Amino acid sequence: MTKPRTVFDKIWDGHVVDRREDGTCLLYIDRHLVHEVTSPQAFEGLRTAGRKVRRLDATLAVADHNVPTTDRSKAIDDLEAKIQIEALSENCAAFGVELFDMHDARQGIVHIIGPEQGFTLPGMTIVCGDSHTSTHGAFGALAFGIGTSEVEHVLATQTLIQKPAKNMLVQVDGAPGAGVTAKDMILSVIGAIGTAGGTGHVIEYAGEAMRALSMEGRMTVCNMSIEAGARAGLMAPDETTFAYIKGRPKAPKAGAWEQALAHWRTLPSDPGAIYDKTARFDAARIAPTVTWGTSPEDTIAITGRLPDPAAIADEGVRKAKERAFAYMGLVPGMAVTEIKIDKVFIGSCTNARIEDMRAAAAIAKGRRVAAGVHAMVVPGSGLVKRQAEDEGLDRIFIEAGFDWREPGCSMCLGMNADKLKPGERSASTSNRNFEGRQGQGGRTHLMSPAMAAAAAIKGRLADARDFA
Amino acid sequence: MQKFTVLAGVAAPLPMVNVDTDRIIPARFLKTIKRTGLGKSLFNDIRYDADGKEKPEFVLNQTSYRKAQILVAGENFGCGSSREHAPWALLDFGIRCVIAPSFADIFYNNCFKNGVLPIRLPHDVVAQLMEDAKRGANATFTIDLEKQVIIRPDGQAVAFEVEPFRKHCLLNGLDDIDLTLQKAAAIDDFEGKQKTGQPWLHAGAKA
Repeated sequence: MTKPRTVFDKIWDGHVVDRREDGTCLLYIDRHLVHEVTSPQAFEGLRTAGRKVRRLDATLAVADHNVPTTDRSKAIDDLEAKIQIEALSENCAAFGVELFDMHDARQGIVHIIGPEQGFTLPGMTIVCGDSHTSTHGAFGALAFGIGTSEVEHVLATQTLIQKPAKNMLVQVDGAPGAGVTAKDMILSVIGAIGTAGGTGHVIEYAGEAMRALSMEGRMTVCNMSIEAGARAGLMAPDETTFAYIKGRPKAPKAGAWEQALAHWRTLPSDPGAIYDKTARFDAARIAPTVTWGTSPEDTIAITGRLPDPAAIADEGVRKAKERAFAYMGLVPGMAVTEIKIDKVFIGSCTNARIEDMRAAAAIAKGRRVAAGVHAMVVPGSGLVKRQAEDEGLDRIFIEAGFDWREPGCSMCLGMNADKLKPGERSASTSNRNFEGRQGQGGRTHLMSPAMAAAAAIKGRLADARDFA
Repeated sequence: MQKFTVLAGVAAPLPMVNVDTDRIIPARFLKTIKRTGLGKSLFNDIRYDADGKEKPEFVLNQTSYRKAQILVAGENFGCGSSREHAPWALLDFGIRCVIAPSFADIFYNNCFKNGVLPIRLPHDVVAQLMEDAKRGANATFTIDLEKQVIIRPDGQAVAFEVEPFRKHCLLNGLDDIDLTLQKAAAIDDFEGKQKTGQPWLHAGAKA
């Protein structure tokens, strides 16, 4: 009898091209997503060495990090961004890579368009020069972020030199309470295991609460695996996964569909598979959750009060948390709902899919954004934007005083004009609250789309359940 | 890639945990199509004030550490984004080695692709090296990759671990792509089998 294997083990074993004595493997890569920020130096490397892109059918490029989220018919003001976006277009044309440029209806955040197009499929190895590539793990794929040297390596060889990760199981049992979302679950998990809790591991999310999530929710969860230190997070594929994929432009058709489906059904972890590390949670105990500090592990229930760092024994950690309080302009003991905000950002590869738009719109409907608050909604792709508009969500947002914009990464990382000014505070549906992440001196509180919309209405952090 | 054999230099102490890649190089400096020139923006937001003036309290702004080639830091160094601009910025500044109790995976990997050596050591050993580093230019470290030792200013040797394959590449300045292309036949073979077994993964393959 063969040893029981996890989803990760199965995908890994199925992609090893060569194994060295010390365990380092040459791993075959099925899909490669490329964007403007981490690819120019890689294409330059290919050019210098006279190399080609090995598999054009496995490579897809899009401009997302730098693009303006305002009217695209105008020229880009930011010269550096313009050069980078043009470099992507030139490189894709020169090497023959398929590109969704800024004016393509399918353009959007790289981790939103992959699944949307059916480019992301179960059982695949998927990489991109972006740490949130873990998002694609929601489909039962092994997906992880790589640096630019590795982008060049994959373009040239369709492989990567890797050592296998360890397996970690994060199990969330039971059913969450009303108003508790995928974002609340993953923030709670990171709060409990810490930003290095998954380092060296691939996290498999399991348990009733995880299995009950839609594909959008699963993507939100897997997206933030990197915030727990894991390079990849994944969930076993099931009927929810297959129903999402079927009929998408790049998904297998007809006979190939049946053949693929038969393979995908073999992917879930075997009973008795061993995990190197396990963390268990009870969904019923998870409340709507936000971050208060400058690390994604600084989480707290919306109903709570800020912790006191004086109680932390480890000096390094205590200093980091004290610094976070000073940077965030907060004091221990204050109620979370007392925190006033200046800006709201609903968007990013974590939460800019159609369900996220619907959840935020449900709170916004018939209400008004608080005076003095600028609230922006940035759909994850042109297709999400179009669907939201077909459902009338744009009208709901606009009538409530939200700013409805063009798709892109936007204020998640403030590479374009969308950013916080020094001292400004945001309620954001993105994934990182690091110092300066959304603009130098900016202060970020992470939360779900419903919670961000509730904060926009109240002008301070608020419990979305009060809006039901 | 630049070889890494023996490095002797000043070590700068950065006693902070979870130093993320946004802190090493904020996103607004990633709008470049080159690998070089990022050193001036290394640690930008803790190194300069809002007017672009150096903050005198930041370690790399102090006379003794301006030419530091080694960084001693806290746990989980390099967490966050996959940007290779983080090691590029360190390298462009002149830092070739980072010593910490732990590193984030992608950053750790990216270092080796650029001739930068990340060294993981136990918490208490890093604490001792941190004390050494605080002595500034009066205290230099010698890092010998072949022998896998750090020679402290007092002459004491501290051994460290590094994976054999990574060490080999760093010592010889080897390009990964060249190494991988030596396995081209194995890649072709794998691809051929996959096309037959899982044709939906290949455009044009017959199901």
